[in-house]
Amino acid sequence: MTDKSQDLSRWVEKRLPIVSSFRREYVDFAMPKNLNYLWNFGAFATISLGMLLLSGIFLALNYSPTVSDAFSSIETMDRQVASGWLVRSIHMGGVSMLFAALYVHVARGLYYGSYKAPRELIWLTGLGLLLMVMITAFAGYILPWGQMSYWGATVVVNAFNTVPLIGKALTSWLMGGEGLGNAALHRIYVLHFLTAFSIIGVVALHIATLHVAGSNNPTGIDPESSDETVPFHPYYTSKDGLGLCFFLIVYAVIVFFAPDFLTLAENYVQANPLVTPQDITPEWYFAPFYAILRAVPSKLGGLILATGSIGVLFAVPWLDKSPVRSAKSRPLLRPALLMLFFSFMALGFAGMHPPAGGWLWLSRVAVFYWYLYFLILLPLQSRGETASSLGFAKEGRE
Amino acid sequence: MTQDDAPPSSSQQGLEEENHPRRRDVLATVTLGMGCAGACALAYPFLNSLNGTQSSRIGEDDTVEVDCSKLSPGQQLVVTWRGWPVFVQRRTPEMLASLRVPELAHRLRDPESKMHQQPQDAINWHRSVVPEIGVLIGICTHLGCVPSFDAPSSGDRSGKYACPCHGSQFDIAGRAYKDAPAPYNLPVPPVTIISDQHLLIGKSKGDPDFDIATIQQI
Repeated sequence: MTDKSQDLSRWVEKRLPIVSSFRREYVDFAMPKNLNYLWNFGAFATISLGMLLLSGIFLALNYSPTVSDAFSSIETMDRQVASGWLVRSIHMGGVSMLFAALYVHVARGLYYGSYKAPRELIWLTGLGLLLMVMITAFAGYILPWGQMSYWGATVVVNAFNTVPLIGKALTSWLMGGEGLGNAALHRIYVLHFLTAFSIIGVVALHIATLHVAGSNNPTGIDPESSDETVPFHPYYTSKDGLGLCFFLIVYAVIVFFAPDFLTLAENYVQANPLVTPQDITPEWYFAPFYAILRAVPSKLGGLILATGSIGVLFAVPWLDKSPVRSAKSRPLLRPALLMLFFSFMALGFAGMHPPAGGWLWLSRVAVFYWYLYFLILLPLQSRGETASSLGFAKEGRE
Repeated sequence: MTQDDAPPSSSQQGLEEENHPRRRDVLATVTLGMGCAGACALAYPFLNSLNGTQSSRIGEDDTVEVDCSKLSPGQQLVVTWRGWPVFVQRRTPEMLASLRVPELAHRLRDPESKMHQQPQDAINWHRSVVPEIGVLIGICTHLGCVPSFDAPSSGDRSGKYACPCHGSQFDIAGRAYKDAPAPYNLPVPPVTIISDQHLLIGKSKGDPDFDIATIQQI
C-alpha cells in the first residue's frame, strides 16, 4: 500500500513537482531568524484578501447590479437572506482589516528598507497591489447604491474628468455615456470582480519575487550562513499563526460587535441624484488621500497631489541612495520617517473632518511634509549620514 | 513545553525527548483540529446564505384565494401557489363515479393515499376536502413536468392526467398508475373551503399543522 502511494507520488513528482516546490518554498524555506511581528502583516493581508474573495462570491449571488434593485438587494441581504448580514459584515470588515494590514505592511517596508536592491520588484508589485485594492474597494463601495456610494462615485468621476487628454475618454468608457446609471453600475460591478480576482495573480508575482531574494529583516543585513536562518515551518508558521489569532480577534470584534462602526449611516439611504448628503466623508482608508484632494485649492492640482502621493512611493527605491537598509541604523532618517507616518495619520484624521480651520492647515502641512520627505529629505539624507557601524560595515564588505 | 523548549544540553535530556516524541504531535493535532473546527464554523454562514431569503420564515402571507364560480363541471383552472401550478377541478358525477370503480385500485400505486402526499383532510377516496372540487399540485412526481389534463369526453367520461415528458399517468384524483414511471400520487395542497364558490389554497382548516415541505415528494 505504502509502496503504491510512494510510486504514485513519485509519478506525479516527475511530471508536476508541486509537493517538492511547496516543501522548498513554504516548509524548508530559509527565513532570517530575527523577524519581528511587523513581518506578520503580509500574512494578515493575505488572509483578509481570502476572506474578502470568499464572502464576495456569496454576496454576488444575491446582488442585482441595476439602479432600481441594487439598494434593495443589499437590504434583502442584510435582513432576509439566511446569514446574509454575517456574510456582508465579513466583507465590509474585511476591507478595513485589509487596508489596515496593507498600510502597516508598506510602513514596515519603508522603515526597514525592504524596497532596496535586490527587492525593488517586491516593492513595485506590492504598490501595484495597493492600487488594485484601492480601485476594487472604491468600485465595491459604489455597489450598494446608497447616498455615499452615489455621491462618492460622482465626485471621483468628475475629478477623473479633469485629467487632461485621457480623462474624458476613460470616464466615457467606464460610464457608458449616460452618467451614473445602469450601464455604469453594471460596469463598476464587473470592474470590482475583475480587479478583485486579478489581485490573486499579482499576489503570486509579489510572493514569487519575494522568494527569489528572501525576506528582509529588522537589521537590514542579509543573513550569511544557515546559522542566521530558520526554516519557515514551524518557526514562522507558528509566529504568523499566533499573530493571526490576534488579528482575527480584532476582525471578529468588528464583524460581530461593531459591523457599523466603520461605515456611515448615510449609505443606508438609497442614492438620490437630487440631494447631496450634508457631510461627505470617505471610508477611513481613503481619508488621507481625500484630505490631500481638499487641501489644494485647485481642481487638477488636488488630483495630481493625491495620486502623486502614491506615485512617489513607486520611485522610493531610486530616491533613496543610501546603501543602508534599516532605519534602525540611520539615526538621521529615523525621526524624519516617523514624522512621515504621523503626517499620514494626521491626513487620515483631517480627511474625516470638514476642510476648515485647523484641519485644513494640518492637512496642508502634512501634504507638504509628505512630499518634502520623499523628494528632498530621503535623497539628501544619505549624503550627510554616517551610518551606525553595524549596517555600514556589512554593506562595505559586499 | 519546558522539555521541548530547553536545549538538549545533556545527552540524557536528548534521550528523554526521544522517548516522548508525542508531545508535539499532540499540539499539532489539537491545532489542526481547532483549525478544522474554525473552518467549519466559518463555512456555516456562507453555505447558509445559499438558502436564500426563506420568505416563509418572515411571516409573509402566501395563501391564494380562488374563485371557481366560472368553473363548469369537467373543467379545471390553473392557479399559481408558491410558484407551483395548482389544478382546481370541478368534478362531474361520472368523474366521481370513476374514482370508486373497484378494479381501478389494482392498477394504482397508492389507491388509499397512504403516502404522505396530502393533508389529513384529503386522505379519502376523492383526495380533496369536498368530493366535487379537486385541488392538486400539477407537478409530476417522476421528474417535475406539468401533466396535461385530459378533460372528460364522450369517449373517456372519467378524464385523467398524462405527463408529456415520460408518459406518467394519473387518475382524476391525481393517483399514479402502476404501469407508468411516476412513483407517488400528485401532491394535494392545503385547502380551506370558504364558500360554495371560493376556496383558499395555502391553509388547511381540517389539518392546520400541515406543512407542504414535509410531504414525500413534490
